[in-house]
Order: sequence, then structure tokens, then C-alpha cells
Amino acid sequence: MSGSSPVEPVETTPAALRQAQEPMVQARDVHKVFGRGHDAVHVLKGVDLDVARGSVTVVLGPSGSGKSTLLRCVNELEEITAGSIHVDGDLMGYRRDDKGVLHRLHPKVIAKQRSRIGMVFQRFHLFPHKTALENVMEAPVQVRGLTKGEARRRALELLDRVGLAERAEFYPAQLSGGQQQRVAIARALAMDPELMLFDEPTSALDPELVGEVLAVMQDLARSGMTMIVVTHEIGFAREVADHVVFMDDGTIVEEGRPADVLDNPSEPRLQDFLAHVL
Amino acid sequence: MEDRPSGQLPEPLHARPVPRPGRWVSAVVVLVLVAMAVNALVTNPNFRWDTVWLYLRDVVVVRGVGWTLVLTFGSMALAIVLAVMLAVMRRSDNPVMRGVSWFWIWFFRGTPIYTQLVFWGLLSVLYPRLSLGIPFGPEFWTFTTQDVITAFWAALLGLALNESAYLAEIVRAGLSSVDPGQAEAAKALGMKDGKILRRIVLPQAMRVIVPPTGNETISMLKTTSLVLAVPFTLELTYATNAIGNRIFQPIPLLIVAALWYLLITSVLMIGQHYLERYYGRGFDGGRTGGGRGPRGGRRKPRKQDLIGASGTTKDDPFLEVTP
Ligand SMILES: Nc1ncnc2c1ncn2[C@@H]1O[C@H](COP(=O)(O)OP(=O)(O)O)[C@@H](O)[C@H]1O
Ligand SMILES: [Mg+2]
Repeated sequence: MSGSSPVEPVETTPAALRQAQEPMVQARDVHKVFGRGHDAVHVLKGVDLDVARGSVTVVLGPSGSGKSTLLRCVNELEEITAGSIHVDGDLMGYRRDDKGVLHRLHPKVIAKQRSRIGMVFQRFHLFPHKTALENVMEAPVQVRGLTKGEARRRALELLDRVGLAERAEFYPAQLSGGQQQRVAIARALAMDPELMLFDEPTSALDPELVGEVLAVMQDLARSGMTMIVVTHEIGFAREVADHVVFMDDGTIVEEGRPADVLDNPSEPRLQDFLAHVL
Repeated sequence: MEDRPSGQLPEPLHARPVPRPGRWVSAVVVLVLVAMAVNALVTNPNFRWDTVWLYLRDVVVVRGVGWTLVLTFGSMALAIVLAVMLAVMRRSDNPVMRGVSWFWIWFFRGTPIYTQLVFWGLLSVLYPRLSLGIPFGPEFWTFTTQDVITAFWAALLGLALNESAYLAEIVRAGLSSVDPGQAEAAKALGMKDGKILRRIVLPQAMRVIVPPTGNETISMLKTTSLVLAVPFTLELTYATNAIGNRIFQPIPLLIVAALWYLLITSVLMIGQHYLERYYGRGFDGGRTGGGRGPRGGRRKPRKQDLIGASGTTKDDPFLEVTP
């Protein structure tokens, strides 16, 4: 993986320095309300989150606490109700003009913003009518306009990276869950994202296949990719995460370094959650 | 995906099959019935098989077949394009688009095709001149209806617009059959709506769309005979009826038409089979799809499918801790 590598020479101009220190993701007081009137559900209730460049943030929390919604808001699959989310310094979904008036961005621009963020879903969502190779080639060809040959070469590289080079011509239905999820990771990486979002990537897997997917993710983290991972794999959080966030009922209840959060939880709800998961 | 090397395949069991006397009995009964039917058809002089054979290859009849095919495929092609547009409009979040689509389907499904064809035929009488311009204001471009909407185009448009209303519902059902996660995954990759529809959703919807559309095509083949309402008089049914009346032998000419319709239907069914196989690729363990990818027998359900199908994984935070 070349695009995400942090070992490029560090520029020392003030602007570059400021940019390097600025978090990759900056969420401020994010609210999300589904529906309206009597049916309104307040799912995110003022979430603040910073994700440093090249870091891995693991999001924990009970079911229904809003973890998926938060990830979906970061890449604009859901429109936030209030607050702001910046990714790589860009305000997601909106533009503020000189007078401070907010404008919704055109869907084309939003699609472009999204293309820089990779997402991996719990249920893989590979395109079933395309082979593994075609799945990985699809976005580079259709979104970035790469030639077929170029996209193919790169896709084979990525499939090799997730250990599936010899499965390139298989359809998703012919692959195991773990293999499908690894193809899905390769598909997201094909767009050279600067940020990767994982929504419970191993929850739909046969337990014996969880390891192979986590290994790929760990490898990706080592390469310096900025990642937000929603998972219940405490072992992964402990080993790979730089930052652990615990969400409950639409807010971040506790966050910090893995050792502090996982071994010395101060919040009773987190203690309770960890007691169940471990 | 059988991993067993082929050299180690075990010798299959040799056993006598279960006796199935029912098959033999039914075969005999059907054979007798078929023989009776053939006898009744062939030996009855009223059918005039010599006339049937003669006119089966008649120039006017074969030309009629040609026009019938042109009308069938032309109107289906136009109808499919319209139907995809209507189905997409029906799902759009623009209320005007949804309304237009609803009205179109309501109108064209709600009135008889025969009446619609009559009106298309009368268009040049009702509106001798067509013009493009601002309503109640100036006209920019005017032409004589008869020059543009000939009987052929009236027939084609009449059939296509009517059919589009039915196909739109089929396409809509197809689009809704695709897992919303597919569009979402494509969106997350930065694909725009049009591309998502064309490259991801529609190809998967085709699996649901093709069978009923094949059905509609076969039905359209025979609906084309209604274009005499326009009137358009070159297609198969009209041509054979005309000959039959002229030579005072309507029955042999009806048989001529029926045989041609049967032949075309058979060819259409073969085409449909291959289309279904093409759009089914990737959905049945990849047995299909023009030779790409490995082939295998019908795939056995796997544990992963069961985990997926059970739908229990969505919100269970403790699933992963099961040893
Ligand atoms: N599209 C939606 N419409 C209405 N409610 C939703 C929608 N999506 C999620 N929710 C609700 O938001 C809450 C949080 O969901 P989610 O973010 O999926 O939680 P988690 O991923 O932490 O399990 C749940 O109560 C869920 O029912
Ligand atoms: Mg979730």
C-alpha cells in the first residue's frame, strides 16, 4: 500500500506542519435524529471525536448505542442533523461561504469526498455479479477513470496483499466469509483512501475465520493507515488500537488509551460492558 | 468447492433403481393421446395441409413475419427504455417525477390497448399539424402529423407506450429486490447515482426482471396482431387473414400464422434461457457467466450462508465471543 504510507519526507513549512498536526477526523457536537415529529429518534447526542493521522481508533459500545450511525455520518452515508465533521480538514457535506452561510454540497462533490474514505461493512456487500478481481477494479475504473489494465494490475496487487491472489477469478458466492471480507477490504483500499472505516467487520463471520480478517486489518494499521474500527474484539483493541472510545446511548462515555480504558474503566456502564464481553 | 483431489474419488455405489411403473403407464397414455391428436389433424381434409405448406413460404406471409418481428422487438426495446426511466422516476425523491410516473402507469394500464392503438391511428385526424412551441404562445417548429407519425410509427408507439407501463412495474420489482447494501457499498466507494444504477443495481435486478420480460415479449408477439386498429396491415395475422379471405380458405391460413407464431416463440424461449443464465452469474456458485471463473456443481449451503441468513448478527454485540 503506497498511498497511505506516512514515511514521506516531512515538510517543515508552517502550513504543512499545521496540516500534519491536524487530526484526520474532527467531529464536533455531532447530532443525528432519524425521522421527525413523534417518530423522531435521537441517535447521536453530541459526539466529539478526534482521530489523529495514522492512528487506529476502536469504538466499543452496546448494540444500538449509535456506533454504526457515527461511522455512516463520517462518510456522509447519513446526513448529520447538527454539528460538524471535518475529514482531512474538509467539512463533510457542506460548504461555508464568506458570509458564514452554510450550503449543502452537490451530490457529485459529496461522492468525491466519500471516495477518499474506505468503508468495510459487517455483511461485506461485495457485488455478487462480479468476480473478486472485478469487485476491486470497479471503483478505480468507474470513479477515478483508471484504465482497465492499470486497475487490474493494482487490484491483483491488493488481492495479493490480503492473501487472495489465487482467488481473483472467483465470484463472492464461491468464497468463505473471511475471504469475502478480505476482498471487501481490498476493494476499499483500491481507492487509496486516507481513512478506513470498519463497521463490525468480523461480527458476521464464522468464529474460526475472524483471525484472518483481523490479521489483514492489523497489517493495514502497521502500514500507517488511519482507521476507525467498530468491533467487539477486545483483543484487537488492546493490541492494535491507539485510542479506544466507548459509546453508550448516543454519546461517548469514556475514551483514552487502550490500557487505561480497558483495564481501568472508571465508568460503571463500561465496566458492565467489559464484564459481558470478556 | 470440493477440495478432494480427483484421483481419490471413491467408486460410486451400484444399486438397482426404485421401480417407477407410473412413468411407463403415463408414457403409454400420452403416446396414445398424441397419436389420436395427430391422426385427427392430419387425416381431416378440412385443414388442407397442402395449402398450409404452400402459404407457409409465401412472400407476403414471410414479409408479415418480418413486420411482426420488427414491431415486437421495436416496441419492446422502446418499452424497456421507458420502463427503466419510469421505475427510476417512481423511486426518486422528486415528488413531480413520482407523480408523472404514477400517472403514466395508471393511464396506459387502465385503458385497453385496442383503444390506444385506434387513437394513435387517429392522431393525424385529431391533430393534422403538430408544432413545438410555448403553450398558448409562439410556435417554433411545425410539421404535418401524417408525415411523421406514419401507420408504422403509430403502431410501434402505441404498443411501446402501453407495454412500458407493465414493464415499469416489473423493473420496479426488480430494483427493489436488490439488497440496499449494494447501493450503499457502491456509494461508499464514491460512485454516483447513475453509475450505481447502471453498474451495480440494474445488473442484479435483471435476474428478477428477465423472466417476466421474456413472458411479456412472447405476449407482445401476439399483441402485434392488434395493430390492425391503427390500421397497420402488413404484419402476420393481417396478411394471413387477407389471403385466407381472398382464396376462401381461412382455416389453413390461420394454421400458417399459428405455426409461425409457435416457431418464433420457441426461438424467443431459447434466447430467454441464455439471458437468464447470463444474469444469474455469481448467484448460483458461478456455474455460469461465459466461462469466466471456476465452475463447480450446485453449491452446497455453507455455514457462512446460514450465519448470514439467520439475520442474528446485526445487533448482537456478544456474538464474537462465542468460542
Ligand atoms: N435509518 C434509521 N432510521 C431510524 N432509526 C435508525 C436508523 N438507523 C439506525 N437507527 C437507530 O439508531 C440507533 C443506533 O443504531 P446503530 O448506529 O446501528 O447502533 P450500533 O451500531 O451501535 O448498534 C438504533 O436504535 C437504531 O434503531
Ligand atoms: Mg452497528
